[in-house]
Amino acid sequence: METLKPIDELLDEHPFFAGMEDGPRKFIAGCGRNEVFHAGDYLFREGDPADRFFLIRHGSVALELHVPGREPLVVDTLQSGEIAGWSWLLPPHKWANDARATTLVRAISLDGTCLRGKCEEDHSVGYEVFKRFIPVIAGRLSAVRMQLMDVYGTPQKKR
Amino acid sequence: MEANAQELPATMLPRPFRITRVRRELSDVFTWELEPADGGAPLTYAPGQFNMLYLDGIGEVPISISGDPTGEWLVHTIRAVGAVTDLLQKLRKGDEIGLRGPFGVGWPVVEAEGSDVLIVAGGLGLAPLRPAIYHVLANRARYGSVGIYYGARTPADLLFRKELERWRGRFDLYVEATVDAADTTWAGRVGVVPKLIDRQVHRFDPESSVALICGPEVMMRFTVAKLRECGVPDAQQYVSMERNMHCAVGLCGHCQLGPEFICKDGPVFPFDRIAPVFHAREL
Ligand SMILES: Cc1cc2nc3c(=O)[nH]c(=O)nc-3n(C[C@H](O)[C@H](O)[C@H](O)COP(=O)(O)OP(=O)(O)OC[C@H]3O[C@@H](n4cnc5c(N)ncnc54)[C@H](O)[C@@H]3O)c2cc1C
Repeated sequence: METLKPIDELLDEHPFFAGMEDGPRKFIAGCGRNEVFHAGDYLFREGDPADRFFLIRHGSVALELHVPGREPLVVDTLQSGEIAGWSWLLPPHKWANDARATTLVRAISLDGTCLRGKCEEDHSVGYEVFKRFIPVIAGRLSAVRMQLMDVYGTPQKKR
Repeated sequence: MEANAQELPATMLPRPFRITRVRRELSDVFTWELEPADGGAPLTYAPGQFNMLYLDGIGEVPISISGDPTGEWLVHTIRAVGAVTDLLQKLRKGDEIGLRGPFGVGWPVVEAEGSDVLIVAGGLGLAPLRPAIYHVLANRARYGSVGIYYGARTPADLLFRKELERWRGRFDLYVEATVDAADTTWAGRVGVVPKLIDRQVHRFDPESSVALICGPEVMMRFTVAKLRECGVPDAQQYVSMERNMHCAVGLCGHCQLGPEFICKDGPVFPFDRIAPVFHAREL
């Protein structure tokens, strides 16, 4: 059984918060709580209110796209040390895909309304948060581009 | 460049080889085991070298050797993509082909001794790297940490899957595979190869690592960028350039890429040497 550590300490251990000073991290910690998902549970589902995001501490999460009439497609998997979800950042604050635990997942969720409030209240905290989200978003964009190129597909004859 | 026919090296003449086994790997990919059909000596080669496979009256294609350099058979893994390879796919056990080789400069498996080794493959790129993997595993004590990072299109497109699973069971090797997309029955990773590397940075010492990279050029470009970001110097990142070629001995100029001839100076190049021309769109 894992002894419960304070959220602030857990945030400090997570790579997403690497390098953040104690002050802003402790300020943010008030928005966080521990969550556990069993394999097969959904962390969130497309269209639902995106009221939080997750720092994955242990386990693996599959991001899925559902298209009517087709099998769901897994487009990314996230592991410990990564984060899941940024729809809480942008209106209309709805999830754009599903996130399913493929193993037992331990995560910290940070409440979106609470965090947005703190970012408004103290812009330097907002800057620290956004500074960490942008590389994640840029990395995913670059990965999606690579996936779209279908680089491993059979070469097509040039026209 | 003109060559006097009398001075042509012996490697300009195809030798007959017999197919002793055909294995279907993927819907459009197959592996051959070959033996000399002229009673001559088997081919000796270094990991990363390739042969020119010749089909009488049809044409000739460069294909990397994908087997164990110390093994009994010469092994090639081929994807049917066009005129020649489509016909090669129709050949059966007992059929013969012409073969010239081995050609080119292969993977720096000797230079990499004492270093951590990252073997990064995408799609069919695992085939030219497999001889290097066999070599490294056969001489495991000479290397630091060894990791294989492999990306494919979908789980059904993973090449040498059983072998990957077997390697994964070893205690002295990290094997990570990822696919671009999967259905929900896939329990492995989905995402691109650079992300796999990102997650394994703690397993190697970037400054003393040697990376052997083979896959589609776009995948290699993203991989090199990621490894550079992790601190692996360009001179220690080796890429295999598998662009079209004809003569395979640096005579015809077909595969000339800037000052380099892929066929005789490559196909494997340290990235710092090929970087200026890596982004060339056409030969
Ligand atoms: C050093 C080297 C090692 C190689 N090793 C292997 C190997 O181990 N296994 C394997 O299956 N293939 C390998 N190739 C690629 C292989 O040589 C080509 O797929 C083959 O020449 C295509 O010939 P074709 O007549 O069947 O197709 P073509 O009718 O000539 O071409 C069909 C399609 O394939 C594309 N194509 C042709 N050559 C290449 C190439 N080199 N790379 C990417 N696309 C190409 C063409 O643009 C076209 O779209 C290697 C190439 C090189 C230069």
